[in-house]
Amino acid sequence: MTELKRIIKAGYVNFKRNGSVSFAAVLQVMNTLAVILLIVLLQAVLYSALDQIRNKVDITIYFNTGAPEEKIMLLKSSLEKLPEVDRVSFTSAEDNFKSFSKLHSEDYSTIAALDEIGINPLGATLDVKAKEISQYENIAKFMESDNALVVGTSSIIYKINYYQNKLVIERLNSIISGSQRLGFLLTLYLVISSIIITFNIIRLTIFFTKEEISVMRLVGASKMRVRGPFMVEGALYGIVATIVILIIFAPATAWLGKHMTDFLGINMYNYYLSNFFQIFAIILLSGILLGVVSSFLAVRRYLNK
Amino acid sequence: MIYFNNVSKVYKDAVALDDVTVTITAGEFVSIVGHSGAGKTTLTKMILADTIPTDGTVFFESIDVHKLKNKDLTKLRRRIGMVFQDFKLLPNKTAFENIAFAMEAVGKSDEEIASDVPHVLELVDLSHRMNHFPKQLSGGEQQRLAIARAIINQPELIIADEPTGNLDPINTHEIVQILKKINDLGTTVILATHNKGVIDAIGKRVITMENGKVIRDTKHHK
Repeated sequence: MTELKRIIKAGYVNFKRNGSVSFAAVLQVMNTLAVILLIVLLQAVLYSALDQIRNKVDITIYFNTGAPEEKIMLLKSSLEKLPEVDRVSFTSAEDNFKSFSKLHSEDYSTIAALDEIGINPLGATLDVKAKEISQYENIAKFMESDNALVVGTSSIIYKINYYQNKLVIERLNSIISGSQRLGFLLTLYLVISSIIITFNIIRLTIFFTKEEISVMRLVGASKMRVRGPFMVEGALYGIVATIVILIIFAPATAWLGKHMTDFLGINMYNYYLSNFFQIFAIILLSGILLGVVSSFLAVRRYLNK
Repeated sequence: MIYFNNVSKVYKDAVALDDVTVTITAGEFVSIVGHSGAGKTTLTKMILADTIPTDGTVFFESIDVHKLKNKDLTKLRRRIGMVFQDFKLLPNKTAFENIAFAMEAVGKSDEEIASDVPHVLELVDLSHRMNHFPKQLSGGEQQRLAIARAIINQPELIIADEPTGNLDPINTHEIVQILKKINDLGTTVILATHNKGVIDAIGKRVITMENGKVIRDTKHHK
């Protein structure tokens, strides 16, 4: 316990006394944390954009007029059992007629034609939303398979619009998975390069004290007694950098929230505030881990004497 | 206490030690003299296992120092106080903290540190410099601080490697007197130096080295 207290105190004192070196190290850890935080925020923008695209895609099953509702409901419940399906919504023939009429309320020739027919020419529909865009094909295939048709639904289905939308759906799917992959690679590159730079800056700060490390060992200090304060210093770089970065990002996201919400499709400030504790935890942990691990590894090479 | 048994150290293109056999008994004051490159520093570093011999063995009492594991080596080093020509103080620590660090390293309590450090600083006449950093001290003061650090844990052996190399004659005299006093109190002292005046002032056993060999071992020098 005394040892731990001494290590923490020595780390804090070194951090304070090494003024300019600590400042440089904190700045560099801040750069890395800023990159990580930017990536977290960009991911939020990307995912909200992808969600919006996803929500615009669905497939609609059109039924023949007069198709019995219980059969449609049977199909609905068998679709809902599919793991790929997120939700299925039913629209009755009457509702379809109402919305069609409303949509064409100013198109007098269409209204006149409908009046002429005297009956509802539209059937009921089922809107199927998949969990992932890539799963629409499976759902469409399921519709064609025997499993879905055992109840004799083939006779009541007028058409499924998947094949008209197939190209758009597939293209969207490849854009989404491509942007996710690119985002991941970019994240990986930025995070790894920032970590390497930070590690080397910290290693450089410790390089200047390598003589000191050997003196400490010569006066009989244990490895932990030598290494501990450097690790505490590293953790302090992370803590200070986290606090500064989170303070800087508050007005920055507020500005983005005020001026860029339409463009980004998400209110950055609201996102930042509502996820503050998760963001705080991610950034703080990254900062401390970066500082502590870098210091641990950097001291190691001078300790083995 | 210390036994060098046919110790040799060969670097790529130079022989630092050539078949050295020396015995040092407890309580002795031994001066090792020789020109630069004679092998004095290599010999003292061998005791701390800071340098590994190419051949031969070095014993500290019954311990073969080069067979020690890291943890045991740390324990051995705690029994030895070191004084260097370039002081090797911790620049970011005050005079008090430099000595306190050596005490912390051996696990002394805060109370012991608070009572012993001022005492040893008084012994080397540095009480008034307690809160100064090494760079704020003169060369002589830094060396006195280094000695205070070396003796604080009451080691069985003090190794002083050219402790007066960077000092003027007055400071040199002071350091020699302090080392003699330490020896008088029962601590074994090994002093490596090339300063003949220092050896004359001490007047005890002198081992003369040249090109890595012991060429003379005079028990009572005068």
